[in-house]
Amino acid sequence: MGAVVYLMLCVAALLGVGLLAVAGARMHAATAMVCGSTLVLSIAATILALTGLTGRAGSAAELILPVGLPWIGAHFRIDALAAFFLAVVNIGGAAASLYALGYGAHEEEPHRVLPFFPAFLAGMNLVVLAGDAFSFLLSWEFMSLASWALVVAHHRDPENRRAGLVYLIMASLGTLALLLALGLLTGPDGNYGFEAIRHGVRTPLTGAMVLVLVLFGAGSKAGLVPLHAWLPLAHPAAPSHVSALMSGVMTKVAVYAFVRIVFDLAGDLPWWSGALVLAVGSLSAVLGVLQALMQDDTKRLLAYSTIENIGIIFIGLGLTLAFRADGMGAAAALAMTAALLHVLNHSLFKSLLFFGAGAVLTATGERNLDRLGGLIHRMPVTSLLFLAGSMAISALPPLNGFVSEWLTFQAILQSPDLPQWALKVMVPAAGGLLALAAALAGAAFVKTFGIVFLGRPRSTEAAAAQEVDRLSLSAMALLALLCLFAGLVPGPLMDAAAPITRLFAGGALPPQASLPWLTIVPAVASGSSYNGLLVFLFMTISALLAVWVIHRFASHAIRRAPAWDCGFPEPSPLTQYSGSSFAQPIRRVFLARTPVTREQVSMPAPGEMRPARFALVITDPIWDWLYQPFVRAVEFAALQLNKLQFLTIRRYLSLVFLSLVWLLLVLAIWS
Amino acid sequence: MELISNLLVQIMQMMLVLSAAPLLTGFVRKMKARLQRRQGPPIIQPYRDLLRLLKKEVVVAENASWIFRVAPYLIFAATWVAAALVPTFATGLLFSWSADLIAIIALLASARFFLALAGMDIGTAFGGIGASREMMIASLAEPAMLLIVFTMALVARSTQLSAVVDLLSASGVGLRVSLGLAMVGLIIVAIAENGRIPVDNPATHLELTMVHEAMVLEYSGRHLAMIELAASVKLLLYISLIGCIFVPWTLAGPGESTSSHLAGFGGYLAKLALFGFLLAVFETAIAKMRVFRLPDFVGGALMLGLLGTLLLFVSRSL
Repeated sequence: MGAVVYLMLCVAALLGVGLLAVAGARMHAATAMVCGSTLVLSIAATILALTGLTGRAGSAAELILPVGLPWIGAHFRIDALAAFFLAVVNIGGAAASLYALGYGAHEEEPHRVLPFFPAFLAGMNLVVLAGDAFSFLLSWEFMSLASWALVVAHHRDPENRRAGLVYLIMASLGTLALLLALGLLTGPDGNYGFEAIRHGVRTPLTGAMVLVLVLFGAGSKAGLVPLHAWLPLAHPAAPSHVSALMSGVMTKVAVYAFVRIVFDLAGDLPWWSGALVLAVGSLSAVLGVLQALMQDDTKRLLAYSTIENIGIIFIGLGLTLAFRADGMGAAAALAMTAALLHVLNHSLFKSLLFFGAGAVLTATGERNLDRLGGLIHRMPVTSLLFLAGSMAISALPPLNGFVSEWLTFQAILQSPDLPQWALKVMVPAAGGLLALAAALAGAAFVKTFGIVFLGRPRSTEAAAAQEVDRLSLSAMALLALLCLFAGLVPGPLMDAAAPITRLFAGGALPPQASLPWLTIVPAVASGSSYNGLLVFLFMTISALLAVWVIHRFASHAIRRAPAWDCGFPEPSPLTQYSGSSFAQPIRRVFLARTPVTREQVSMPAPGEMRPARFALVITDPIWDWLYQPFVRAVEFAALQLNKLQFLTIRRYLSLVFLSLVWLLLVLAIWS
Repeated sequence: MELISNLLVQIMQMMLVLSAAPLLTGFVRKMKARLQRRQGPPIIQPYRDLLRLLKKEVVVAENASWIFRVAPYLIFAATWVAAALVPTFATGLLFSWSADLIAIIALLASARFFLALAGMDIGTAFGGIGASREMMIASLAEPAMLLIVFTMALVARSTQLSAVVDLLSASGVGLRVSLGLAMVGLIIVAIAENGRIPVDNPATHLELTMVHEAMVLEYSGRHLAMIELAASVKLLLYISLIGCIFVPWTLAGPGESTSSHLAGFGGYLAKLALFGFLLAVFETAIAKMRVFRLPDFVGGALMLGLLGTLLLFVSRSL
């Protein structure tokens, strides 16, 4: 009982801070007070969530508030799954609050950000805490609206207004899908408690419809292809600490919604549900990272990379569904542990990277890669921390991104024993796509780090950048340390997922934390093992040994000289590789003759004096294929329905009468 | 007892890969020169080059950052650790359980990550061209390598390299289609990853199609020595990997007698000589490809790996 009550008190306090911020947002110290209190509350909630995760694993504690629907009230409860996601939400929230303490000082309109920031945090906590369908949907909508308010915080920029509109529509559609899914699960009895839904009996068709609806509702919020197009618009539009929360944390709340409804409430699903989720996940992974590579805007690049990582998480979840449907508990537990670990890992390094992009934005006012460069000299600490985040997201050992991808690969290698032929063909393809996505992510972040921080400054703003404040840096350092820790000692984290997998995957991995040297051996039969700590130690020792030998025996002489560049150094920084030129080979290999990229070359005829021009247009074809037809259909329907506004009273009355008869007829035929 | 012998094997292997790597590079160069009817430099020339580089002063570009100066050591360390985990003459490596094949590939990916960053650090066009092309090649070679690992892991039911080698050196595996595909794929990946002809020309320095040499263009002195040594170790690593997976019979098992370890040592040198010679013949016989023909070549490895994995998903005995 305890943890839920205290967590609800934290949420209430967050809402209270939000309300106070409405009144006092224009005060001088408002940012410090609001973000300071959200920091304290998030840390408290993190500790509560961690006690919920370790102390009372598996047993759900419930709190019923007498609000909401009169006959059920509002249920809030915490079980192992909720505790895990609460920890993810509040670690991200605490880091974002700490970052905002410094970053928020540059905010021009704090009254548009401060009231909604605590409300957004509270909304995400509420979604995870909700224990009945009604409070769940209400919290979900509250979370969406709070984040929408933050997206349009800088509403004078027309791009942000457009992003806000698209986000609002997609969020409403997503909520609608979730509403229908939960309605289908509840059935006609109207008992909205999760406990009642869990014990409901339903047909396979209902299960299938629920799966598709949740994949739409939660998947659109998480950014699954092809529902992702709003995400690269909306996430970068918000202030950077909110971008970090939206990309790093809110997408995880969507993953939570998916896991809660599909794994917990919907009961057993057939094997093809796994195949569907796997297909969507692997498509998202590859298309997300390819688009990320093509972007020239730091925050949009990070948003597209979120789509990739959500794809990786859904690959894990899809494998879990497939294994679970075939009764392979240990393999399902492995796949689900991989997905959960990637949830945590991605929330850490994506927040870190967004903070870094925000720091660059503060220092230079630029998000465009082609106007940055050389920041490693001006912002040494930021660049080091951004490098740590880039290495983590590129899945390089010994950082944490590698551990979860390694576990996903191990889960894929468990799948030849699956009986279904469709899965036998799909899983290796998904494995290949995952490997491709991992390699392309490396390229994407070499590009990001290399263009932004290395080389020579491409604009005067970049040349004059100053390191950001200590609070922002400490938020980034905290996350970088967590990334390193989760990479070196993944065993206890995997053990923390065990109660969840026992509940929802039908098995659990053997305990990892007690293995010698903190090695992880996820599948006993295969004996594949990885030890991040030892790999880190070996690398450090070998590097130090090399340094020692070199400094003991080799020449110490060092001379600074102009760059060699094969003897033809060109002083203009424009001769450096730009973001799009870095991506050009990969663009040509993977995206040539696709609708994503269009190259326009205008070559003057011989004798003509005008210069030749080259333009590159990067588009997201989903806009043209999916969103535009939808928009046109809505416009058409609106125009047609507009005629109904100009009827006489007689016709209105007959319309009412006709619909009444129609509904009565339906009812008569139905029953 | 076995612990001590495994520790000894581990330490000897770490020293061996370091000392044999320049020899292998020199051997391949010598063979190539002889095949082209040139005299060629002596086999020990790479050692001389390294010593000379170590004695020279380092010239660092004015706007180089700490990445530029740290990267050579990190690249070397990551490559060396990866090479220390691939069995060369004996399988009893003390720390083989600390990283499996996927982790070995990821260690090499770390080295490449820093090499590409170091290439971009000075802000010259050559560094950018090298880094961008290296990442393009890696974006195909790395998934290909992972799929090849999947193929072997599905046969051995483990991604642990020691388990794969144990299984393949035992009799009863027989000829398998999937392993054949994996071998061809692995050779293509090895050629691409080491920047050999037809992917990149290790002997060229001023050519627009170069990849590896463009990234390290600004390096000199001891930094260049580290990078050159790391490149040699990487070539040795891939040859050891191909050798220990597809010709595993010469390897001494854990805890075996000293004489069998000596035999394994001899066998390993023979393997290096054989594969080095084959590499020289291949490089002499073939021309360098245009950069944008490379996706066909390396993509072939990707398809082979996928095919091998797919076959094993269909039936474990293929």
